[in-house]
Amino acid sequence: MADHDEHNSPLPLGLAKCGYSGVVQSLAAGDAASSLTGAELESRLIEFGFVEGARVEILHEGIIRRDPIAVRVENVTVAVRRREAMAIIVA
Amino acid sequence: MESPLLHLALVGTPNSGKTALFNALTGSRQKVANYPGVTVERKEGSFVTPSGRQVSLVDLPGTYSLRGRSPDEEITRDFVLGRAKGEVLPDLVLCVADSTNLRLTIRLLLELKRTGRPLVLVLNMFDIAKRRGVSVDVARLSDALGMPVVTSIAVRKGGTADLLRLTDEVLAQSPSSPRDNLWHPLTAAELRTTQREADGIIAATVSLPERPDTWTARIDAVVLHPVGGLLILLVLLFVMFQAVFAWAQPLMELLSSGFDAAGDFVHDSLPAGLLQSFLQNGVISGVGSVVVFLPQIIIIFLFILLLEDFGYMARAAFLMDRIMGGAGLHGRAFIPLLSSFACAIPGFMATRVIDNRRDRLTTILIAPLMTCSARIPVYTLIISAFIPSELIWGWINLQGLVMFGLYAAGIVSALGMSFLIKFFMWRDYQPAPFMLELPDYKMPRVRSIAIGIYTRAKMFLQRAGTTIFAMMVLIWFLASFPQAPAGAEGPAINYSLAAMIGKAIAPLLAPLGFNWQIAVALIPGMAAREVAVAALGTVYAIEGGKEAAAQIGQVLATKWSVATALSLLAWYIFAPQCASTLAVIRRETGSTGWMAVTFGYMLALAYLASLATYHIAVAFGAG
Repeated sequence: MADHDEHNSPLPLGLAKCGYSGVVQSLAAGDAASSLTGAELESRLIEFGFVEGARVEILHEGIIRRDPIAVRVENVTVAVRRREAMAIIVA
Repeated sequence: MESPLLHLALVGTPNSGKTALFNALTGSRQKVANYPGVTVERKEGSFVTPSGRQVSLVDLPGTYSLRGRSPDEEITRDFVLGRAKGEVLPDLVLCVADSTNLRLTIRLLLELKRTGRPLVLVLNMFDIAKRRGVSVDVARLSDALGMPVVTSIAVRKGGTADLLRLTDEVLAQSPSSPRDNLWHPLTAAELRTTQREADGIIAATVSLPERPDTWTARIDAVVLHPVGGLLILLVLLFVMFQAVFAWAQPLMELLSSGFDAAGDFVHDSLPAGLLQSFLQNGVISGVGSVVVFLPQIIIIFLFILLLEDFGYMARAAFLMDRIMGGAGLHGRAFIPLLSSFACAIPGFMATRVIDNRRDRLTTILIAPLMTCSARIPVYTLIISAFIPSELIWGWINLQGLVMFGLYAAGIVSALGMSFLIKFFMWRDYQPAPFMLELPDYKMPRVRSIAIGIYTRAKMFLQRAGTTIFAMMVLIWFLASFPQAPAGAEGPAINYSLAAMIGKAIAPLLAPLGFNWQIAVALIPGMAAREVAVAALGTVYAIEGGKEAAAQIGQVLATKWSVATALSLLAWYIFAPQCASTLAVIRRETGSTGWMAVTFGYMLALAYLASLATYHIAVAFGAG
């Protein structure tokens, strides 16, 4: 996997700052405090293109608690709340 | 004998340009209805292929997968699988993709393949993709997917020629043995596998440019700025309401004088009597007073459709998510609530995108508080009669400002209501996730917008021609019979059934400053809010003769106090004055209880708001 050398330690996307870019390492849907079940959250994230190896970048964030975030996933832009983005482990 | 009708279905992810393609293929030959039992909009159109095949095309709700998380998505799944009630299994499914963004569509397509339906992939917006440096090896993509692939430019004339030709070819091949449906709901692991497979196919057949769309990035840098973005949203809404009030005025005056002329013509060419009164006061002034508002309805839909086609609506939801979250609302509720400014019923339909039942129910309960276009006639009438047309600070029209205030009151009370609902009913409840694609910006197309406005304007005029017309006839009847005895004093309407009903309920409304004429007008106003204007016209026209009908606003200004006018405005912010809204709430929530709750709380709010407004206004000397 290319161009993510500067980010070595994995972290949940939900904690990343605006402007962060990296690659999806894994989905940990059970760990996010979402109101969805782990399996359902995982399915939805995949349907928006969050699969292992996908390049992601945080483009924008909201005004209240810097939430939600607008994430570029490959060539699609998706808005998610940080709560759900906790399930996306990036590096 | 004509060739048998063939059934095609359009499937695609949201924002794939599916609706633009549907419009391009079927033009204005469209029928909008509902699927049985649900409020999902069923859009069907027809066209003829180059070789003369009759085709019926259904535009299915956009979806990312066939799992059917919401009622909309369930329709798409059931339709494709041939399980939808009263629908035939489609002969061919056209899967529409935005050529600049194939990733999610190809995954959906791999899932669709398992259903065994004949499929064609339509690479839509191919011109934009080319311009951005996306190149697709169509032949290889077709090989890799095992289905025909065709490019199209829905928004350009002739841009669907290849698609039409291919449709003919595919339909000409006599279906060999129909393939079996191997689809089952995919697990997360299977979804992941199909997404990987899709990524592999794209890597082999599509080359993407180095940089994403720079225009979208530049616009978003401003529009999604945490502070600037919200200010822009606010300014947009403000401009929208100023436009609704200011731009529509000349056209409305034109329409209004046209109806007056028609009324005068009838008055002059018929002998005085019941027929003359019926045509002039019942039909022409009644229907005319509603049709006059067509320009405003067109302007509000123009704004909504433009913003939606441009791609701004999803951004608005993004900006509003946490703010609305404070009131217990989901970011996705923003679009339904904004649609409710046109009419609550399409707003209810748009709540179908909210997959959580509680979030959806809250949105449905408060949507009728958003100022729908049917209130515009009432607001306009009263504002222009009682609020002077002055400029404040040289550029803000006072009438427009009051209009904005009425809209703001609706919004604030909707948010407050939502907060109360969450607080009292679902305190222990976790918010549902907000996940939404922010599509690249696209130049809205005149043709697509025009078709959208045309369909809505037609619906409004049909209503004016049917429901409202029937109500106008009824109120004319109530206001004309029994006729005044010969030599009676005062206007004839004082002897009619309408006066009896109005006077019977007037004591209940008297604390609000309403007279019996208002009480009479509110009764037919239950059918549709805007009917009240026509009803007031009828009541005062019959009471005051022809001059009163022509100048209803001026008549009201002499008959009502400012306090009464303001009280009626407050009433209209909240009152559940629309039978069809209530009927749709029952259908949407599947419960008469929720309908009763909505009716009750809105009526209570209306009464209290009017009571307070009236007494405050009187205290300030406006009585």
